[in-house]
Amino acid sequence: MSLSSATSDLPARRKLRLDPRSAALIEASVIPLAALLASALIFSLFLTLLGKDPIRFFALVWTGGVASSFSFQNTLQRAAPLILTGLAFAVPARIGMTLLGAEGALVLGGLASALVAIPMVLAGWPVWLGLPIMALAAMAVGGVWMGIAGWLRHYRGVNETISSLLLTYIAVAIMNFLVEGVFRDPGSTNKASTMPLGPDWRIGDMPGTSVHWGLAAGVIIAVLLWVLMERTTFGFAARIAGGNLRAAQAQGLAVGKLAVASCAIAGACAGLAGFFEVTAVHGQANASLAAQYGFTGILVAFLARQNPLAVVPVALLFGALGASGGLIQRRMDMPDATMLVLQGIIFVTLLVSETLYGRLPFLSTEQAGDRT
Amino acid sequence: MTMTSLSRRSLLKSGAAALAASALPLGAARAQDGITIGAIYVGPRDDFGWNQSHAAAMDILREVPGVSVVEEENVPETDAVAKSMESMINLDGANLILATSFGYYNPFVLDVAAKYPEVQLRHCAPLWNPDTDPKNAGSYFSYLNQAHYVNGVAAGLSSASGKLGFIAAKPVQTVLSNCNSFLLGARSVNPNATVQVIFTGSWSMPVREAEATNALIDADCDVISCHVDSPKVVIETAEARGVKSCGHNADQRALAPNGFITGAESKWSTTYKIYAEALMSGETVPNLIAGGYHNDMVMNTPFGAGATPEAITAAGAAIEALKGGKPIYVGPLKDNTGKLVIEGEMDNYAPELEKMNYLLDGVIGSTT
Repeated sequence: MSLSSATSDLPARRKLRLDPRSAALIEASVIPLAALLASALIFSLFLTLLGKDPIRFFALVWTGGVASSFSFQNTLQRAAPLILTGLAFAVPARIGMTLLGAEGALVLGGLASALVAIPMVLAGWPVWLGLPIMALAAMAVGGVWMGIAGWLRHYRGVNETISSLLLTYIAVAIMNFLVEGVFRDPGSTNKASTMPLGPDWRIGDMPGTSVHWGLAAGVIIAVLLWVLMERTTFGFAARIAGGNLRAAQAQGLAVGKLAVASCAIAGACAGLAGFFEVTAVHGQANASLAAQYGFTGILVAFLARQNPLAVVPVALLFGALGASGGLIQRRMDMPDATMLVLQGIIFVTLLVSETLYGRLPFLSTEQAGDRT
Repeated sequence: MTMTSLSRRSLLKSGAAALAASALPLGAARAQDGITIGAIYVGPRDDFGWNQSHAAAMDILREVPGVSVVEEENVPETDAVAKSMESMINLDGANLILATSFGYYNPFVLDVAAKYPEVQLRHCAPLWNPDTDPKNAGSYFSYLNQAHYVNGVAAGLSSASGKLGFIAAKPVQTVLSNCNSFLLGARSVNPNATVQVIFTGSWSMPVREAEATNALIDADCDVISCHVDSPKVVIETAEARGVKSCGHNADQRALAPNGFITGAESKWSTTYKIYAEALMSGETVPNLIAGGYHNDMVMNTPFGAGATPEAITAAGAAIEALKGGKPIYVGPLKDNTGKLVIEGEMDNYAPELEKMNYLLDGVIGSTT
């Protein structure tokens, strides 16, 4: 897509002298930013039609999401699970798979970590040993769950979008079944939950902040996955398979293993998000694990154009929208759905902006030549 | 923490030089000017149910001079609610937070209460433990089963068949008590009345609620009541099928102009006014408020077109009796498996009733 725009060497008066890599980078930054700006304008129009002040709206987003230390930490905390679930969509997307199942992997990962913790808590194991075991259990269960979708896709020809989405509903049902059944804590009368892990097993906040460790984990894993996708043979093979499956097969690449591995990595990311929901937020597993982070992550990855590094700032943007959403309700007397409207406009604008790749006049020789 | 946020805002407004001078007087002025009360709902505030019942009370509170009200809807039971509470405290200067959904309490209300000891937090469910929980937290709840008893009285005298239907969310104590009280109310006026119950398994599952309503009507029930978060679908389905209905949580009269009898509502405004007055006069905000008809914490929706004149008279008398302390559960009562569950007369606030895990004889259905 971006290659056609940047590699041409035709002389043209208004053409910028850019090497293909920089041109692609500029394009990948300018188009999403322009799309964001366009959605802000469209949304302003929407607000004006409703008789609300757009400037006040964006000022409140600033106040609620960025302006003070409290607001910024609010944004960071809300971004933490979205980084991990965003990665869970971004990684399989590089191999051409649309995996919608992060929500299910998150729920089951969180459940798994809460369940393996119970014997360790009861036996009085040290927390430093227990927490990594819980994290591994969450990642393993999430990984296997999404790995199923990858396996079904490659070896049985089942569409991974459908299967992963349906697996989410099964995951939530399994969680509810276990939490309301055998693993229900008898003390949880009106809201079924597993046994509370107790304050010692809460992973707590990063020093000097009120933001839990899931944020740091998300950023580190985003960097690791970027290295994996951009700087290793695995990532290279995955991108080839994503670009042209037949060609990848003809080259003898193990496409099936790549597909399953990508999905498993995605599931592990989402499972880890579930681990942090249990250890940093809830202290137990219950129906609140299904909080739609998995689905918002799809939007995050989409806006980040499936680049693991870009997932981080985009998750922060969505965190800020979430953090200021309450303030908008309170100060502007607007319904909760306001922020969903904004998210929807961003999503549609981004979809449209996809068509602009390779067609930006100042990066495209042909069009620049035509205009002069 | 209120002071800190005030300082921060003054800093932005008037610059660092004015900070030391302005912070204290501003804080003092706020205490005289009035108070800010924040309410957080788990769903939309116009849901014709649980959230609306609180939002309606907040609307009444809004009219009280000196009280500012801030509200947030659709806040999930995750760390999002902790952040919403903190945002109300930090950015709106809230003095009292009303957390209205069950799952908000542990750990979120507890954590925020510990972090902001000068802010009051009250949670709508009997969960506050005076021995272990922060002193600036607390609970309030109503014995809505008293209003369901009145529903039953009115339904018993408005039904032709004596077969009543009840859509229940989950087989937990509050729901079972409402269903059993509905039966006892109906039996107080029609000893042959029965209540057929269907559990949906979820607090909010409109499709299954509609199916259950249709199923109960197909089983010849001619009055439908319920305990789900939002009874909108149940009431509308009953109305569309031409049968009568009794409401729950909020005022649903407008949804069933032909068949609505009355509804069981909590009167949260009573509690909220007590909180507001305590805050404004600088007194201690009560940690625990609970009650029913005797202290004006529950009410019944004004009668709709479905209520017969006899029903209106009898329901009015039942309300007066409850205000006087007339017990609802009078033994011997058996559950619907034949086991004796209540021997003597139970006070309407008896702790034994909190352990209710059965359906009384006369209720058709099973908790499992």
